[in-house]
Amino acid sequence: MQVIVNISLKYGVLDPQGRAIGRSLTDLGFQEVGDVRVGKRITLEIDETDASRARQRVARMCETLLANTVIEDYEIEIDEGDDA
Amino acid sequence: MSATKQEPEMTFENAAAMGLSKEEWELILTRLGRTPNMCELGIFSAMWSEHCSYKSSKKWLKTLPIDGPQVIEGPGENAGAIDIGDGLAAIFKIESHNHPSFIEPYQGAATGVGGILRDVFTMGARPVALLNALRFGAPDHEKTRHLLAGVVSGIGGYGNCIGIPTVGGEVNFDPSYNGNILVNAMAVGLANSDRIFRSAATGPGNPVIYVGAKTGRDGIHGATMASAEFSDETESKRPTVQVGDPFTGKLLMEACLELMASDAVLSIQDMGAAGLTSSSVEMASKGGLGMEMDLDLVPAREEGMSAYELMLSESQERMLMVLKPEATDTARQIFDKWDLDFMPIGKVTETGRLVLLKDGGVACDIPLAPLVDDAPEYDRPQADVTPRPALASADITSDAPVAEVLKSLVGSIDLASRRWIYEQYDSQVMADTIAGPGGDAGLIRVHGSRRGLTVSTDCTPRYVEADPRTGGAQAVAEGWRNLSAVGARGLAITNNLNFGNPEKPDIMAQIAQSVLGMGDAARALDTPVVSGNVSLYNETDGRAILPCPVVGMVGTIDDIASAVGMAPTADGQALVVIGQDALQNDGWLGVSLYARNLAGDPKAAPPPVDLEAERRNGLFVQQQIAAGGIRAAHDVSDGGLAVAIAEMCVAGRIGAAIEMPAGGNRHGWAFGEDQARYVVAADDADALLAAAQAAGVPAATIGSTRAGGELQFGDEAAISVEELHSLAEATIPTLMQGG
Amino acid sequence: MSLSALRVTVAVFPGSNCDRDMMVAIEKLAGRRPALVWHKESSLDATDLVIIPGGFSYGDYLRCGALAARSPIMEAVLDHAARGGAVMGVCNGFQILLETGLLPGVLVENAGLKYVCRNTCVEVVGGTASPFTDGLETGQRMIIPVAHNEGNYFASDEDLQRLEDNGQIAFRYADSDIVGPSNPNGAARDIAGIVSPNGRVMGMMPHPERAISPELGSADGATLLTACLEALSA
Repeated sequence: MQVIVNISLKYGVLDPQGRAIGRSLTDLGFQEVGDVRVGKRITLEIDETDASRARQRVARMCETLLANTVIEDYEIEIDEGDDA
Repeated sequence: MSATKQEPEMTFENAAAMGLSKEEWELILTRLGRTPNMCELGIFSAMWSEHCSYKSSKKWLKTLPIDGPQVIEGPGENAGAIDIGDGLAAIFKIESHNHPSFIEPYQGAATGVGGILRDVFTMGARPVALLNALRFGAPDHEKTRHLLAGVVSGIGGYGNCIGIPTVGGEVNFDPSYNGNILVNAMAVGLANSDRIFRSAATGPGNPVIYVGAKTGRDGIHGATMASAEFSDETESKRPTVQVGDPFTGKLLMEACLELMASDAVLSIQDMGAAGLTSSSVEMASKGGLGMEMDLDLVPAREEGMSAYELMLSESQERMLMVLKPEATDTARQIFDKWDLDFMPIGKVTETGRLVLLKDGGVACDIPLAPLVDDAPEYDRPQADVTPRPALASADITSDAPVAEVLKSLVGSIDLASRRWIYEQYDSQVMADTIAGPGGDAGLIRVHGSRRGLTVSTDCTPRYVEADPRTGGAQAVAEGWRNLSAVGARGLAITNNLNFGNPEKPDIMAQIAQSVLGMGDAARALDTPVVSGNVSLYNETDGRAILPCPVVGMVGTIDDIASAVGMAPTADGQALVVIGQDALQNDGWLGVSLYARNLAGDPKAAPPPVDLEAERRNGLFVQQQIAAGGIRAAHDVSDGGLAVAIAEMCVAGRIGAAIEMPAGGNRHGWAFGEDQARYVVAADDADALLAAAQAAGVPAATIGSTRAGGELQFGDEAAISVEELHSLAEATIPTLMQGG
Repeated sequence: MSLSALRVTVAVFPGSNCDRDMMVAIEKLAGRRPALVWHKESSLDATDLVIIPGGFSYGDYLRCGALAARSPIMEAVLDHAARGGAVMGVCNGFQILLETGLLPGVLVENAGLKYVCRNTCVEVVGGTASPFTDGLETGQRMIIPVAHNEGNYFASDEDLQRLEDNGQIAFRYADSDIVGPSNPNGAARDIAGIVSPNGRVMGMMPHPERAISPELGSADGATLLTACLEALSA
C-alpha cells in the first residue's frame, strides 16, 4: 500500500525559503500571494494491507526519523479506497 | 551482426540525427562492411563527436608543446601529471560543461565538478583543489542572474559536499555569452609519482568491473549535445541533463583511493561523456586489446533499457576498472563497505573488437580500431586574420582625474569583488589552504610538508577576439604572472578551448591562431600542456561567443612561508612597478577595460605579449620574493596600473601616494594594459631597483604606502580606500539582490 | 594526566569530510593521534573525548545529521555521554548531536539562503562549568572560520532562555573590526556553540580545526582546542 507523508514546518517557525518564494511570486505580478511555506512530501510503499496498522507504523517512522518534531509537523495520507 | 529483431535498419537519416555527416556515415559502412545497428551507430556517433574525437581541433592541438623534464603524463590520459619533487606528482585537468549548464545551471555546474574530480582521482590522486572559469552574459540580460546563481550554487553544492576546497577561478561577463554561458571546472590532485594509474586495459581474460551508481537514462547523447549549437529547441533538451550526487561521488572517491592503495587495479577510467562507451572503447584500444561486456549485468536503475541506452547513458559517479583476477574479492569488500555497486560485467579480450551481449544475443560487435584511428580529423579552412590598428591613447582619453576614472572602473562588473560568489564555496576544507579565492593565485600546502602548490585560471577573451595569436599567448602569460606574484614558478598548463562553430572560417582562425599563440608562450615559459578539453559550437542562432581559450596553470613554491599576497605590510613601503621604467609615461589602451567601458570599445590591437620579458620579469619577481626583497606583489592586468594599485591598497586597508610621470598621457599610463608587469611593495626600493637593473628587468618606484586610508595620484584630490572597497564590494550583491 | 595520555576518538560517517582535519589538529596539539571509529561499529573503545567532525554525512539527506544520528555508533556515544564522557560536535557534528537530543534545538538553513564560508569572530560566553569553556576567559574573542549551509541555530523561546540562564551558551558571534558584522547565518541570539546542562557535551558551528596556525589564517582554533584538551586532562 502507498502511504504519503507531508512534512511541514510548525506554525511560528521562520521559513526564509517560503518568504523568498513569496516575494518572487509577488514580484512576478501575483499580488494576491500572502504567506508561503515550504514542506516535504515522502511517498512510502508499505508491505501492509491494514490501513490503520500502516498509519500507526508510519506515525512511528515520522516520530523516529522522518520529521524533526522540534520544528516540523507531519500529516499521513492513505488512499483507503485502493487495493494494494 | 544483424540488428535486433524489432529495430529498423539504420540509415543515413538516423546517423544525421546522431550528429554524423554523410562522409562519416559512409566510412562506418566501409569499415564494418555492413550497416551498423542502432547501438553500434550510437557508439560511432559518440566516439566521433567533436567532444570525444576533437576532430576540428586535433590538428592544432598537436602543435602544442607537451614535453619537459617535469612531465610524467601528457595529454591523452584522464588527466595530466607533473613531477613536483619529493616523489610527488600533481595531477590536473580542466573541463567544460557549457551546454548542460545553460540548460540546467545547478546540475550542469555540479556534474561538471563531479566529472573533473573523477578524471583526477581515477589516476590515483587525491584531489586537493578546485577552480572554475565562468563566463556569463551581460549583467542586465534576463537570464544572467538566474544562471549565475544556479552555477555558483551547483559548484558549491558538489565541491563543498565532496570536501575539496575551491581556491580560485575567474568570472567575466559579456553580451556574447547571453545564450552560451561557459562553465569550466579544474581539479588538481596529488599522488606518489610511482603510483599513478592509467586507463589502458591489460591482460586478456582479466575481469572488467563496473563500480559506483546505477545506470539510468541521464544525459543520453550529451556528448553530441555538447557539440551542437543552441536554438529554440533547446528548452526541450532538459531531460538530457545529468544529475549529480556528490555524496555518492565522495563514497566513490574514498573507495577508489582505498582500492588503489593496494595492488589490485590494472587500469581504471571514469565514465564521463558517452559513459560506458567512451570508457570501454578507450581502455581497450589504448591497450591494443578488445573487450567483451554483458549488458544484462550492468546495474540499472530503470527498467527495460536498450543496449543503446546502456552504452550512451551519462549517469554520474561510475567507474570502469580492470582488476587482477585474484584481487576481485578484496576489491568487492571495499566497495561493499562504502555501499557502492561492484559488478564484474565483462573481460578484456585479444580480439581488438568491442563485443556486447544482451538478452542472450549479440547487441554489438565492432572493431575498435576504426573508432579511434578513423575518428575524423578535419583541417577546416581559416579566414585570414586582419591585424587591427594600435590605438593612440590621445584618441580616447580625457583630462578627468585618474581617481575619478578609477572609481568608475573598480565597481565595474569585470573588476568588482567576487566575494558574493566565492564565499559560497568551501575554500578551507582539508585545512591546507594558505591563499584562497580573492588573490592572484590559489596556494595549497602540500599536506605534511612545507611546500606549496599554486593554481590559477586565466583568459582575456576580448584580446583573443582582437588578435587570436596574441590572446592565446596572453592567457598563458597571465597565468605565469599570477603564479609569480605569489612567489611560485609555473610548471605546466591545462587548457579549455571554448569557441563558436569551427565550420565558420573566422571562428576556425580564432581556434587555430590562439592555439598557436598558446604554444608560443608555453614553449617560452617552459610550461607544457599536459591535459585539456575542447568545447566548440558555442553559438546561439548563429552568433558566436567571444573566443575563450582558458589556461589553467599549476606551479610550486618551495616554502609556503616565503609566499606573499597583494596586501602591503606597512606604511612607508615603496611601491615599485616591475616591467617598465621611469621614462614610461603612456600605456597600451587598445582593447583595455578603459577603452571598452568608457570609450565605446573601438576595434584595435590588443597589448602585445613579449614572451622573453614575461619570462625574465616573472623569474625576477619569484627570486625576489624568495629572497625577502618583495613583501607584497600583484600582477598588472585588467584596468592597468591604477587598478592594480587600488586593489593592493584595498587588500591591505592602507593608503598610498603615487607619483605620475610628467608629460605623456596620464590615463594611458594609469589604465594601459601593457603586459609583463607587476606592482610590488618593498622595504628597500634601492636594493630592489639595483637587483632589477642587474637582471635586465625594467623597474621604477612609483610611490609608497602611507597611513590615513587615502590613495592619491600625483597632486589630484585623494580618494578614500574605504570608498573604493565599498564600490568594489557592492556591485555583485546589488546585481543578485534584484530578486 | 598529560595531554598525550588523553584518549580522543573521532567518529567517521559516510560523507564526513573534516575528519582528517580534526585528526591532524588534535595530533598536533595533544601530541597523540586520535583513534578513528567507523559509524557501523556499535561500541567505543574506552575514550575520554569523542569528536563528531564536520562534513556532509549521508549527503545531508532528509535533514542535516538526521541519518548519521541514527547510526549504530551513536548509541555508544550516547552511553559514553550518559556516563559523563565528553563529546564535541563541530558543524555537521553539532547537527548530529542536536538530532540525537544530546543538545536542545535545531540548526536550519542560513538566513541568507546561501552556503557561507568565511571567518567569524567568536566570543566566549560560558557560565556553567564545562571543559569546553573553563580554560578560556569570558569575553575572549577568537577568529574562527565557518563553512555551512545550515548553521542557523533555532530553539523555542523557553529553551533559548533556559540556555542563557543556565550559562549553556558557550560561544556567540560578535562583531569586530577584522571581520565586520559577525553572525553569518541568522542564528538566534548569535549562538555559535552550546553545551549540555552538565557542560560535558558541546556543539559548535565554527571550525576550530581550520584555525590552528597563522599561515592558515588564524591560530585561535588551536587556543580553543588546547584549552579543551587541557581541561579534560586536568
